[in-house]
Amino acid sequence: MRAERDVGAPAIAPVEAAKLDARDTRGDRLAPGSLAAGRLALGAVVVLYLTIVLLGPMGALVTEVSRIGIGEVLLAVLAPPALEALGMSIALVAISVVVNAFVGTIGAIALVRHRFVGRGLLGALADLPLAVSPVMIGLAFLLLVGREGVLAPVLEALDWKIVYAFPGLVIGTLFVTLPYTMRELAYVLEEIGTSEEEAAATLGASAWQTFWRVTFPNVRVALGYGLLMTAARALGEFGAVLVLGGSISGQTQTATTFIHDAVEERALAGGYGMALVLGAISVVLLALLEHLKHRRARALGRTK
Amino acid sequence: MRTADALLPGPGQRALRGLALVYVLVLVAIPLATLVVLAFADGPTVFVERVTDEVARDALVLTLGTGVLVGALNVLFGTATAWVLTRYRFPGRGALSALVDLPLAVPTLVAGVMIAVLYGPSSLVGTTFAAWDVEIVFAKPGIVLALLFVTLPFVVRAVEPVLAEIDVAEEEAAIVLGAGPWRVFRTVFFPALLPAALSAGIRSTGRAIGEFGSIVVIAGNIPFETLTAPVYVFGEIESGAPRAAAAVSTVLLVFALALYVGATWIERKVGARHAS
Amino acid sequence: MSIRVEHLKKRFGDFSTGSAGSAAGFVAVDDVSFEVESGSLVALLGPSGSGKSTILRILAGLEAPDEGRVLFDGVDATHVHARARAIGFVFQHYALFRHLTVEENVAFGLDVRNVPKATSRKRAQELLQLVGLGGLGGRYPSQLSGGQRQRVALARALAPEPKLLLLDEPFGAVDAKVREELREWLRRLHDEVGVTSIFVTHDQDEAFSVSDRVLVIHRGRLEQLGTPSEILDEPRTEFVAGFVGEVNVFPAEIANGEARVGALHAKVGAPDGHARLVVRSYDVKLWREDAGIATVERVVTLGDRVRVHALVDGAGSLVAQFPRRSSLLKNVEPGCRVQVEVTSARAYPRASADA
Repeated sequence: MRAERDVGAPAIAPVEAAKLDARDTRGDRLAPGSLAAGRLALGAVVVLYLTIVLLGPMGALVTEVSRIGIGEVLLAVLAPPALEALGMSIALVAISVVVNAFVGTIGAIALVRHRFVGRGLLGALADLPLAVSPVMIGLAFLLLVGREGVLAPVLEALDWKIVYAFPGLVIGTLFVTLPYTMRELAYVLEEIGTSEEEAAATLGASAWQTFWRVTFPNVRVALGYGLLMTAARALGEFGAVLVLGGSISGQTQTATTFIHDAVEERALAGGYGMALVLGAISVVLLALLEHLKHRRARALGRTK
Repeated sequence: MRTADALLPGPGQRALRGLALVYVLVLVAIPLATLVVLAFADGPTVFVERVTDEVARDALVLTLGTGVLVGALNVLFGTATAWVLTRYRFPGRGALSALVDLPLAVPTLVAGVMIAVLYGPSSLVGTTFAAWDVEIVFAKPGIVLALLFVTLPFVVRAVEPVLAEIDVAEEEAAIVLGAGPWRVFRTVFFPALLPAALSAGIRSTGRAIGEFGSIVVIAGNIPFETLTAPVYVFGEIESGAPRAAAAVSTVLLVFALALYVGATWIERKVGARHAS
Repeated sequence: MSIRVEHLKKRFGDFSTGSAGSAAGFVAVDDVSFEVESGSLVALLGPSGSGKSTILRILAGLEAPDEGRVLFDGVDATHVHARARAIGFVFQHYALFRHLTVEENVAFGLDVRNVPKATSRKRAQELLQLVGLGGLGGRYPSQLSGGQRQRVALARALAPEPKLLLLDEPFGAVDAKVREELREWLRRLHDEVGVTSIFVTHDQDEAFSVSDRVLVIHRGRLEQLGTPSEILDEPRTEFVAGFVGEVNVFPAEIANGEARVGALHAKVGAPDGHARLVVRSYDVKLWREDAGIATVERVVTLGDRVRVHALVDGAGSLVAQFPRRSSLLKNVEPGCRVQVEVTSARAYPRASADA
């Protein structure tokens, strides 16, 4: 895998982001006045499109929740089942962030800085989760470690429950979040280059010292960005945790499967309420992501 | 970029790398391999039967059809959006640009709920369209809308940097030489934008065919009408037919991989052309 | 510290990039051996891709040679890791640690050895004074100019008191004017500090003006090792003759120690037969003479020098270079006939008349 960053994490390349802000639209100003009508039309079309596809639905949810009544919604969202589901999701987010911080860093360094047999395989496998539908992930693990799965006898002997239990949710979430941190770090490591690390080596630094004092500070922002994307992805995972967990209230119900169950049972206050909660968290995560995007653009733009 | 010999890993680093490799193999390779192997475990004929089952086949066709449609729409509207966001100045531009990233952060299920609320049969929009006998939610348009939401950032984010990279001087040169706006677009912008938009569009199709969370809420999952392949797979799992589910999954996986490889190929070709 | 390099060979194969190319890759360093005296300032001079940077990096321990040995003070250091070699390395693009202050950068080599902070900071300040950046310790690299950054890089490399200083095209990324100043300054610094230093450059002026001795590298091979005047006046190979100084090259025939091409002739110490005649532009005398053998095409004034482009009968274009006030240039103008005399030339054998 080259350090690509598109699928699933299509953030603007950092230097380009800086350029965009300072984008010179001389070209547009040179265009004759009759173009103004054309530009207005295009702008209107785009705004209309974005409203239909993106902004409308967002606003509608907020409107609907206020229609049902804030009081009722709060009641449903603060009730134990909802809180437990939210707690479950947050636990999954925490675990995937921590695990991916380590695996992502090690994997990215291996992909970009090392030369070894299996490097192509590592890259391909790290990208694979982006191409796999969430339900299929659940199915794959089901077939492997489910009650009638390939490893079922072994699991029974060890008395390990994976499917329809918390561990199942964990592996499903780890699967879908694998690419984000690793790809983000791989991209930045490639962009930064090795000269600072070489300099550190000539100055007597050990491998660990080089990593800790030189490499890590340079990729800190990118790491933060990758982990934020990991958190967002973990929070939003639905298909895999539904199949692997079965959405057992109090045990394997995540915030997303809670919403699904609530909507199916027409318990709209809880369903929409939780949806709004997750939506709000997403917006906060988004704001943090945008902030980090700009910081990363500035950091990489800074000369060597 | 070649790593200097002095920076190559020592035994400690190599051990860590080995652990990461094992992690990835166990987490990704083995489960997926199991899926594919078991899909064929009952023999190739059964595999084909399962995949060509009426409902399954229709689901696959629907999935691919909507996926391709969404990819095409993304190429068109995504490029337009990137154009407007990059080249125009207007109040709220920054916020709008940030919001384009929102589908990446929002759970797909929540996206489905939001679309259902706005376009559902009991909403204002829903009832208006119902008067014209057009169903959005619980019908194909709803699926397309959900997929458009989920894949919104793909083409926009891929095209923006390409647009920003284009030298203003090229554009000015064309204008000074007398080219009208369409000509300028065709000569200066189109060749650079096309590969980026196309490969991102293909990636968005790959993403769309696997979409589950938003579809399952708003589509109604009516066989032959609004049942997509991922939802069909889910149904088969629920009804205790995991092997059938595995068969259809394998087909989906193959398509997704083919699309991914295609997009990468386009990107490499463009990259190579720029490098030479 | 004295350096000795024996039969160094390094080849780069194709690997991660999957680039199209032979399985053998390409040879960067092809059997290079030389010695450097302790305390001297030596230049590795050669065109891009000649392998000079690779040799430098092998000396630093950043690359490992496929074959050969590197000895420091007679001790085999070939397989010693870069971090254990007590060398200082200055990179072409500075490679300053972007998130550390200037002072922290300079102190880095001491900090990683767990030298007490007070001591390392003090030494950093000393070095910053030495390189003329005394008050800038608190700034970040992005806040400095190119020349300043390069001096920080030098201070950083010198802080741990290395026994060998290696510089990779140290002034390549800097403006021309700043480059001149930095060269002077490097020479003076070396004289003061006394550390054995080797630097890589593709600029002959730089190599000749700064160093004690010059190694000319071409295609991974050592073409010649000597003082600047030895290289200029006694080039040992055709490449050295052609690469250094401005030259005219003609296909010529040698008979009885004299090379002839068209109306041009010169005394050379080469065997009879086909040869390539190499004439330095300042080894040519010409003056206005209607019965001369060449016609002037252009006269170009460059600051303190003048270049005369002339067409020699039967031989082709010739460039001659004079100091501006030279009396030889009297009345020389485009279109006039001139007589040409070659005061010094070298000839290198060719296989056939067309080689």
